[in-house]
Order: sequence, then C-alpha cells, then structure tokens
Amino acid sequence: MDNDNHKTTADKLVYMANQIATFFHTQPKDEAVEGVSNHINLFWESRMRTQLFIILEKEDNGLDPLVIEAAAHIRKPGSVPA
Amino acid sequence: MSLIHEIDFGTPASQSEKLITLTIDGNEVTVPEGTSLMRAAMEAGIQVPKLCATDMVDAFGSCRLCLIEIEGRNGTPASCTTPAMEGLVVHTQTQRLKDIRKGVMELYISDHPLDCLTCAANGDCELQDMAGAVGLRDVRYGYEGDNHVFAKSKTDDISNDRWMPKDESNPYFTYDPAKCIVCSRCVRACEEVQGTFALTIEGRGFSSRVSPGMHENFIDSECVSCGACVQACPTATLTEKSVIQIGQPEHSKVTTCAYCGVGCSFKAEMRGEELVRMVPYKDGKANRGHSCVKGRFAYGYSTHKDRILNPMIREKISDPWREVTWDEAYKHVASEFRRIQYQYGRNSIGGITSSRCTNEETYLVQKLVRAGFGNNNVDTCARVCHSPTGYGLNKTFGTSAGTQDFDSVEHTDVVIVIGANPTDGHPVFASRLKKRLRKGAKLIVIDPRRIDLVRSPHVAAAHHLPLRPGTNVAVLTSLSHVIVTEGLFNEKFIRERCGWDEFQDWAAFVSAPEHSPEAIEQLTGVPPQALREAARLFATGGNGAIYYGLGVTEHSQGSTTVMAIANLAMATGNIGRKGVGVNPLRGQNNVQGSCDMGSFPHELPGYRHVSGEATRDIFDKLWGVKLQDEPGLRIPNMLDAAVDGTFKGIYIQGEDILQSDPDTKHVAAGLAAMECVVVHDLFLNETANYAHVFLPGSTFLEKDGTFTNAERRINRVRKVMSPLNGFADWEVTQHLAQAMGMNWNYTHPSQIMDEVALTTPSFAGVSYELLEKEGSVQWPCNEKAPLGTPIMHIDSFARGKGKFVRTEYVATDERTGPRFPLLLTTGRILSQYNVGAQTRRTDNVIWHEEDRLEIHTHDAEQRGIHDGDWVKISSRSGETTLRALLTDRVSPGVVYTTFHHPTTQANVITTDFTDWATNCPEYKVTAVQVGASNGPSKWQIEYDEQARKSRRIVQTLDAAE
Repeated sequence: MDNDNHKTTADKLVYMANQIATFFHTQPKDEAVEGVSNHINLFWESRMRTQLFIILEKEDNGLDPLVIEAAAHIRKPGSVPA
Repeated sequence: MSLIHEIDFGTPASQSEKLITLTIDGNEVTVPEGTSLMRAAMEAGIQVPKLCATDMVDAFGSCRLCLIEIEGRNGTPASCTTPAMEGLVVHTQTQRLKDIRKGVMELYISDHPLDCLTCAANGDCELQDMAGAVGLRDVRYGYEGDNHVFAKSKTDDISNDRWMPKDESNPYFTYDPAKCIVCSRCVRACEEVQGTFALTIEGRGFSSRVSPGMHENFIDSECVSCGACVQACPTATLTEKSVIQIGQPEHSKVTTCAYCGVGCSFKAEMRGEELVRMVPYKDGKANRGHSCVKGRFAYGYSTHKDRILNPMIREKISDPWREVTWDEAYKHVASEFRRIQYQYGRNSIGGITSSRCTNEETYLVQKLVRAGFGNNNVDTCARVCHSPTGYGLNKTFGTSAGTQDFDSVEHTDVVIVIGANPTDGHPVFASRLKKRLRKGAKLIVIDPRRIDLVRSPHVAAAHHLPLRPGTNVAVLTSLSHVIVTEGLFNEKFIRERCGWDEFQDWAAFVSAPEHSPEAIEQLTGVPPQALREAARLFATGGNGAIYYGLGVTEHSQGSTTVMAIANLAMATGNIGRKGVGVNPLRGQNNVQGSCDMGSFPHELPGYRHVSGEATRDIFDKLWGVKLQDEPGLRIPNMLDAAVDGTFKGIYIQGEDILQSDPDTKHVAAGLAAMECVVVHDLFLNETANYAHVFLPGSTFLEKDGTFTNAERRINRVRKVMSPLNGFADWEVTQHLAQAMGMNWNYTHPSQIMDEVALTTPSFAGVSYELLEKEGSVQWPCNEKAPLGTPIMHIDSFARGKGKFVRTEYVATDERTGPRFPLLLTTGRILSQYNVGAQTRRTDNVIWHEEDRLEIHTHDAEQRGIHDGDWVKISSRSGETTLRALLTDRVSPGVVYTTFHHPTTQANVITTDFTDWATNCPEYKVTAVQVGASNGPSKWQIEYDEQARKSRRIVQTLDAAE
C-alpha cells in the first residue's frame, strides 16, 4: 500500500495545519491570520503546538504560508507541571 | 409500583383551539372542536365500548360497538366517527344500544376461540373486556358453523379452508389468524403510524383477513417489525413472543431507549426483575407512542451470555484474562495510572466518555479526567460523528445543538434531508416525517444513494440530488447561489437577525459564477436544473427545515458543510419558529448529552472553553482542584501521541474505538503502544483485545440517569433490574475515582445532575424532581426558560446576530485514480445499530447477518462480479472482503457498505483524512478498488486469530453466569 499509512505525527500536524489554513484562505483577508492562530490555540493540545513550533523552525517545512504568518499569534506551550 | 395504564381515548386528539360544550350522559364536557364523541365521552370519564378504535389511528367505524344515541337525531351513530358539536345531548347507554352491542359481540365471539384461560392476552384483551362490558352471557349461534377458529370441522373431521395456521416467522411476535376479529387496527397502524403499508385486508365480507404483503409470512413481507401493529391489536392475534413465554407484566416504569438519538420513551413492562416487553410510551415527546424494531424488541443483549460480569486484568495483551475482585481491579488501575503519570508526565493518560452512557456517567468520566488525572485529555465518540455540528452551529448560531423539537416536523412544508437515511438510522423520526409528507409537505433528498425516502409507499421526493460523495459543500453553496442570484432570500429576516455586512460578503461570495449549478455539475454530478428547482422550492415553499446526519459531518469539509446548512437556513429565514430549523440527527442515544456534559477536550460542561478563567473558577472551587487551561488531546491525537510514546494509559467507557474509528491499523498500533488500557463495557468488544483491564458495564435497564436526545430533550432512564455485574457504570467510575484518591460520595445519579445544574447555566433549572413532574425538558432550562426550550433562537441567536460564513468547496485529498477508481461511502441499516455490539446479540441478525457491499450492476459487470460473490475491497489504507449486493441504488462509480459486523473490518479501508476543524474522520469518502475474491483477507484471518486469543479467560472466581 501507499506511504499514507506510515505518516508520522509531524506529517499529520502539517497536514492538519494546512487544512485549517485552506479554510481560512477562503475567508475575508483580515480574518485569516487570526482565524488560523485562534483555531490552533483553541483546539490543539500543548504537545501538538510544541511539535508545530519545532516544525516551524525547519526550512522547507511544508507549511502553508498562512500558518507561518499565524505562528506569531499561536500560544507557546508553557512548562506543563509534571 | 404498578402497571402504567395509559388512557385510550379512542380517536386522536383534535388540534383545534376552538372549544365546544356538550352533554354526555348528563355530564357537561368541553372539548376542542373536531373531537369525536367517543373521545369527548372518555374526557368525561365515560368509556364507550369499542373494538376497532384506538387513539393511535384515525377513526374507522367498522366494529359497530361504539354506537350512541343523540337527542333529536335518528339512529345510532358510531361515536368514533361522529364529531362533537355545541349543545349535543348524548346517551351512551340505552336499552336500544345495549341490545345492539350484545348482538354484535355475540357475532364476534361466535367466530373466536374460547381458550381465554390459556390465551397469551389473558388479562390484556379488549375483546374479553368488551364481552364483559356488554354483559355477554350466551352465544345463540353456537361455534359449529362457518368459522376461522378450527383447523378441522368438529363434526366430520374435514379440514377447514377458512382456517390459517399461526405465523411465527417474525422473531419477536406471532400472528394467529384464528384470533383475529379483522378490526384492521394493525393495518391502519402500519399505514398511519409507521408508514410502511406492509399490511392489508385481503378478501371481502366473512373472507376478510389481515395479510402481510401479498398473503406472505410477516418475515417475507415489507414489514419492518416496528411493533405498531402488535401494540394496536386488541386481541391475542398479534402478540409479543416474550408475553407468550413469560405472561402478562405486573409493573412498569417509563424509561428511554438506548439506541439512536431520537430518544424514544418506553414503558419497560416487568414481572419481578424480568423484562416482559418494551412498549412505546404515548406521552414520550420524541416518539409520541411509536417505536422501531431496535427499541421495541432488540433488548436481548442485556442478558446475553457474552456479557462479562466480573472485572479482569492481565499484564500483557497476549495473556489470557484473569478474573479479579472489583477492589483489585480499581487498585490496579489507580496504581498503573499513577505510575504512568509519574513516569511519563501528567498528560500521558486520558479518558473517553460514552455516548451510550447517561449524562451523569459521562459527567463523572470527564470529571475524573479533569480533576483526577489533572489534564483535559477527554474525548467522546461524538468526535467521529457530530463534532462538526458542534463547531459549525456554534460559529454561525452560537450554540452546538439542533434548533427544534421533533414535533416541529408537523409544521414543515419543505424538508431537505441531506446525508442522512432516517428510515434506517432514525426510524421513528422517519415515520413522523413520512406522516407529514403524506399530508403534502415536499421533500428534497441530497444523497449519493437512493435512500428509501426518495421513493416509498405514498412518499416521493420532489427532488433527489444524487451527488458524488465529498461534494456536499459545492451543492449547498450552489443552492445558496440560486437563492441569492434569483433574489429568493428573506431580506427582512436577515436584516433583523443576522450580521448584514457578513451577509453581503457571503452573498457576493455565493453569487460568483463558479458556484452556479451549471459550473459545479462536473464536480458533483448533480443535474443543474434539478438543483435550481430544489433551491427555488426550499426558498419559496413555506416553512423549510433541514435534517442531516453523518453524511454531512464525516467529511474533510464536515464543519464547512454544517456552516453551509446554517447559511441556507438563515438566508431563507428558516430559523426560530415551528416547522423550520437546522436539525442534526444524532447517531447515538446520548451523543448530544455527552457533548453537553463536557466530553470534549477543549470544553467544560455547557460548551465553555477551558481557557475561560471564570468557568474554570466555578469548577476549581467546587472540586477543590486547579484545572488546566490548555485543551487536551482528541481521540486521533491521543492515538498519534501513543504511537509517539507520550500517551500511555486510557480509560474507555462504553466505546469500541477499534471497530468504530477509522484506519483500524493505526488505532490498533496506538492501543498496542499503551501500557494500561482500561475498557469498561458490557462485552469483550474489539477494543478490549488491546486492553489490560476490563471493567464490566451495566445496561440502560440497570441504572438510573438521563439521556439527552437530538432535540436537546433530557429524558429519564429508570432502573428496572439490578445490574448483572453488580454496579451501575457511574458507581464503577466513582469507585475508580475513590481508588485514585478522589473524595466522591454520590449516592444517586440525581446528585450528579444537581452538580451539573449548579455549574452549568443552560442546565440550571434541571433536576430529577422537575423531570418527574414534566416527563422531560429541553435545554436551555433555567430561570429564563423554567420548563425548557423546544425551539431555539426565537427572537435572537444565541450569539446575538446570526453569522454568515463563506463556504468554499475544497476537494478532499482522498481521490479516485486508476488504482482506486471507485468511491466507497458507508451507512446503517434499520435492524442493526452502530458497531452491532448490542444488535448482533439479538434476533435482529435475522434481517442482517453480514455487511454487504452495494455495487452498481455496471461496475459489477465490468469486474465480473455476481450478486452474492465474495469481493475484495481495497484502499490506500488496507483491504478487506465481503459479499457483493448488486443494485442501482448507488450510481456507477460509488459503492456502499454498512459497518455493523467486526469481521467485515470496514474501517481497515477507511483513511486517516479528517475534518479540517474537528478531526472528525472522513468515513464517507474512500477511494477503493473492488475485485473478485475467494474469501477473507489475510488481515481478517490474522485479526480473527488475535481476537480469539485475546478473549481467553482463566476462570479464577465462580462465574456469575
């Protein structure tokens, strides 16, 4: 079968973030950046956001430019008490 | 405790608001205009003898027993067909009437067996009651003449051609023609209540007989086994087999069905702790006295031998299970969860609440996770069904729920059914909808498959738009395109109720030529003319209501589709009154409730985000903890994290994620990577194959609580028998919490509901006391709406102004190509429910022994596939085998199957694509190839073997079975 079955979590996060961006691309311009960051802040658990920031540091990370633009407004996960 | 007797008024209630007054037997009685004399008499407490009348169907006037006399009028009219009029003076008992009635009864009884003592209806027979009521003492005609009663003539041993043997073909009830009085109540119940038209009267005069289909057995006829005919039958002609076996019940309690989201009310009729039968409750506001085969009959799973009654643990999933005491099980889970958290961090465990359990149980599981585990890693099976409804309706309307009650359909003029198959998935609602359609409401069906509603007896859709799976957004946006560009939108409503700027932005968006029906035809396959006509009909046909199901939500654009539906409703002004609205048909009994109770990782009870300090504060204070302000993991994220090694333990109450969630192999890998999987269920389900601890669950018959149905109605669930496993599920969760050090001391579920009311504004007014008084209420139920809210957004939307949202069609990445040229979509069948864990353990399997692959004859022919052949179906994710069913219900290029049987492994082929907003899986679109096969796939064989091994139990305690 295809490689789709062996997607890593990082692959999936990039895909999910881009899906969110795809939706907000279709919304009014002034709402798009906030829309993406808001959505990720509201629904993504901290380790997903942590991984997203790691992905963001990579060049050629496959992320939609809108996600990259929205990153500044995405909450950096604080240290979660163990 | 006693048997609940509902008054049979003989004819249905009149809806008229005009009242009239008349005199019956010297009593003045005031009733709505249009009420029958029979019903008016009953309102005054006078029961006119009757046989062919019952208030579940319209008056028929055939039995000639309910005759009355009216002063100043000639003759003896039937009270069931004579309307009450102002000033009438009616007598129900005169010498003339007495003589006629006795004569009629004499004739009935002359052709009826006299085996009352051994008859199953003994104690519950209207014929017997009427013989008593009219004072029948003798039958002058004797019993030797022409009759339907005896197989052979008594005098000369010649067989009696009029006699018909008992039909026992239906697994749940029998039809004994010898006892039939041909009142036709069953025939009319099948027509008027159920809307299937499976029964008829064949023959004429003395030869008249009730006939399923064309003189067939019940099982071979169109009968859907809803039970309406059995309920309507005044004699033992149609009788539940359980009553024949057990006898008449002696007490009953009103409770709520645990199958689909319609949430029908039933009387559980009992003898001691033995359930004799489930009878739909007339005062049930969701079902109004109707039922389907599942709720009415398919409860046998509750005492099935497969039920696990003792807790079990094992170290590795390859080990056999070992039965342990409850205490040992709790201690083991508590210490494992604490160990995992110590080792891998606080966020390394989580829980899944069940949409089959009660609100109270769900509330406790999320409380255990948030307060006990100290994180927000809680999710529920709504993730895989209606999470996009939550997101979409919250964005547009401001609240995550359907806008109407089910009664609303009686006021609807145009119905859109999209991505739902109510006759199979929500049968009792479908019957109510069909009733309205037969009275003239128009229907638009948007579905890739020709569902039964498109054409069934006396119901035909005005338009069926057979779209390609995955193109809902394109079709809905195009409907709006037509409505806006042709000026059919409701400007007054929009200006008053919605954001006008947002509307203008949206209107400009949908008006673009690329959204026209002609432009999207290539994508969707929907003929543009039909789409235009459907749009015009919806916009101009009167009250328009939209009903939808998982065919809307389970797509990568699920949330966008929900918003497109909301846009359509707002643009046409179809919100905020009877007969209109946006109505998600919820899959499971308590999907609505589990969402309300804070089962989502980002939301506390009442849909309040965990980041809200004020909300957290309420719970922090009450629970004495500090809640996390970060959203937790959703089910698919939990599984990803498990594969990554950061999520190690889970408590799953009443959900079978291995069978119900997509991409089975990924689910299996996630579960296998965890160190402590706790499954709390009735049966060793598929997920339990990967569990380390099994906690036995209880059925809805064994506990008190509430379910919240698709119309936001909070219905009571009442305990009618002791839990076979010893404890209700809320008690198990509480004991587990106590083992983890939580100071919980609930002694009854009502206290849990009190806590919900205390903490959640939309439930502030809800209490068991209120439910006892009102039967049920629809949330919001608080100071502003003390008796609940049947219809939402009446004067303004929950969010203030309704929000129009642009809904651009984005094709799913799951595409057909040379390797996978067909699109698979999935659905349900009437007799089975969800993963089938319950219904497969009942006689319902007679209707659906296996999942079949529906494939168009054209596609089948190209592949050399015949009806009934084993076929292999493969996708990018995996492959499985099942048998083909050739049909023209699906278009060429589309195949369809159900997912009720674990051996089918339909989710081995579904992909990991999900809704962009909520991660709700894209079950409804999978690119596949289909080809001939010899039998089960390698995966199926391996899976079976693994499942068999993982279900081994080493008996250490006395089995309770």
